[in-house]
Amino acid sequence: MFKRLLCFAIFFFASVALVPANGTELSLKEVAPGVFVHQGVHALPDRQNQGEIANIGFIVGERCVAVVDSGGSPAQGRALKAAIKGMTKVPICHVINTHAHPDHIYGNSAFKEPGVAFVGHRKLAQAMAARAPYFLEKAGRDLGLVLKQEDFIAPSQIVESTLELDLGGRKLTLTAHGPAHTDNDLSVFDDKTRTLWLADLLFMGHLPVVDGSLSGWLKELAKLTKIEAKLAIPGHGPVASEWPKAADAEIRYLEMLRNEIRVYIKQGKTMEQAMAEVGQSGRGDWQLFDDFHKRNIATAFAELEWED
Amino acid sequence: MKTKIYIKSFCLLLVGLMFVNMALAAGEEDAVWNNALKQKHFGDRAIDESAATIELTAPYRAEDPALVPISITAKTPQTPGNYIKTITLIIDNNPEPFAAAFHFTPESGKADIATRLRFNAYTNIRAIAETNDGKLSMVKAFVKASGGCSAPIGADLEAAMARMGKMKFKLEGDKIVPNQPNQIQLLVSHPSISGMQMDQISRQIKPAHFVNQVKVSFNGKPVISAETDIALSTDPNFRFYFVPDKAGELKAEVKDNLGKEFSYTQAVSP
Repeated sequence: MFKRLLCFAIFFFASVALVPANGTELSLKEVAPGVFVHQGVHALPDRQNQGEIANIGFIVGERCVAVVDSGGSPAQGRALKAAIKGMTKVPICHVINTHAHPDHIYGNSAFKEPGVAFVGHRKLAQAMAARAPYFLEKAGRDLGLVLKQEDFIAPSQIVESTLELDLGGRKLTLTAHGPAHTDNDLSVFDDKTRTLWLADLLFMGHLPVVDGSLSGWLKELAKLTKIEAKLAIPGHGPVASEWPKAADAEIRYLEMLRNEIRVYIKQGKTMEQAMAEVGQSGRGDWQLFDDFHKRNIATAFAELEWED
Repeated sequence: MKTKIYIKSFCLLLVGLMFVNMALAAGEEDAVWNNALKQKHFGDRAIDESAATIELTAPYRAEDPALVPISITAKTPQTPGNYIKTITLIIDNNPEPFAAAFHFTPESGKADIATRLRFNAYTNIRAIAETNDGKLSMVKAFVKASGGCSAPIGADLEAAMARMGKMKFKLEGDKIVPNQPNQIQLLVSHPSISGMQMDQISRQIKPAHFVNQVKVSFNGKPVISAETDIALSTDPNFRFYFVPDKAGELKAEVKDNLGKEFSYTQAVSP
């Protein structure tokens, strides 16, 4: 009990002391024993939040710690690192990047030191490289972040299909998925607590964003929902939620998109028509609907017109 | 209380800065065009900024910057005495501003063209029409590359690579209507990648690989042809018109910058 209190006290002071760039403390919640999640916000990345919008966190083993997504800015990465150091004496051994989007990888540079392996999907390095020049410019323009090429840290440990990480008394199973949210999505399953860290394979509240493959995502979700996990951690949404119920709304939205767009394509309608009309009834169910729904239609339309 | 004042003045400052930015943007929007691009692509020729010949439709916000649908509509039909020869598309602030040049004939019926382009920045896109009398006229639209996580890359390049060269024509209905402009869509599967500039990250050097020539004919007669560049989206898509006199064969011939050639024919009938 005392130990727990001490832990809590250390954590409390540590988190208060660690103020990331946007002026708020990095709050963390222990969703299952040893599994800590910082909850992001449903907002577009901007100068105010500096891109610190995603759920990020870490899993603590007896031997070492695995970070799952490093944050939306180098400052958030540093805040996360300091929070970890404040909570446990065991070192950080892995930084798992669940995919190449900036809100999940811009904290990487904070963790770069000997003994830390950066882990990613077999396609992560390529996705980072292709997007880096554009993301660098955008970070300056939209987030007010000065980033350098060194802030893009490619994986040193590649997940071809699956990879097991032993944190000491705790086994993590990493799975490299087919094209879904992006073409480089990784999920993390914690055996000990049966927690499935899905990152952006699961959106809750925040409209799902298709930047990989709509049909591919539904295919991966069909497999993922069979996993007997207690809890899932979304990349955007609550810190954790009951699995597989957590995926219901996302699956409904993605299926609706696919069904409606297929009809448009069959009728010979254009992408522009689909973007203006498809799925408007879902607006009330999601946050950031107007920011991402049309782009989802465009991406899905371009994919589905090659189905036959 | 003091904090409130600070917040207020901060807000005022922000609003002020916004106006300064807007004013700058308005003046600078055309700078790249005026200082370099116009001369590079059209030399000293006069360009009339007017919407009398063509109209350009582009979204103000690029929802997916890798897939921005744009369309150009001709104001008058193509006739042997009066027709649009070429429509050139320039995206000022893209790494390669030249996006495409489409060539029409009097037999095109209507010199309309719609396609999907990549936008790397906040930028003007311009469509410059050249009519058969040699006159140039230009329309433009401002497009904001959208926020969020997307980049102008393309979502699933592996799928596009796997079916590279596959093509389809899509008519508006199942049949053609003879002797009048029929709208047709050409779908070309091609990854259209800009190459990996940051190979220190991926440790693999990939050259740019994109479609740079498209020709469409009907029963051997040219319908439309185009020189294209990296601004074309992954799986390039074109919508235009042709005037069939009877049943026949539509043919698409596509080349890319690495010298690969693809062709495809499809029979259509009334």
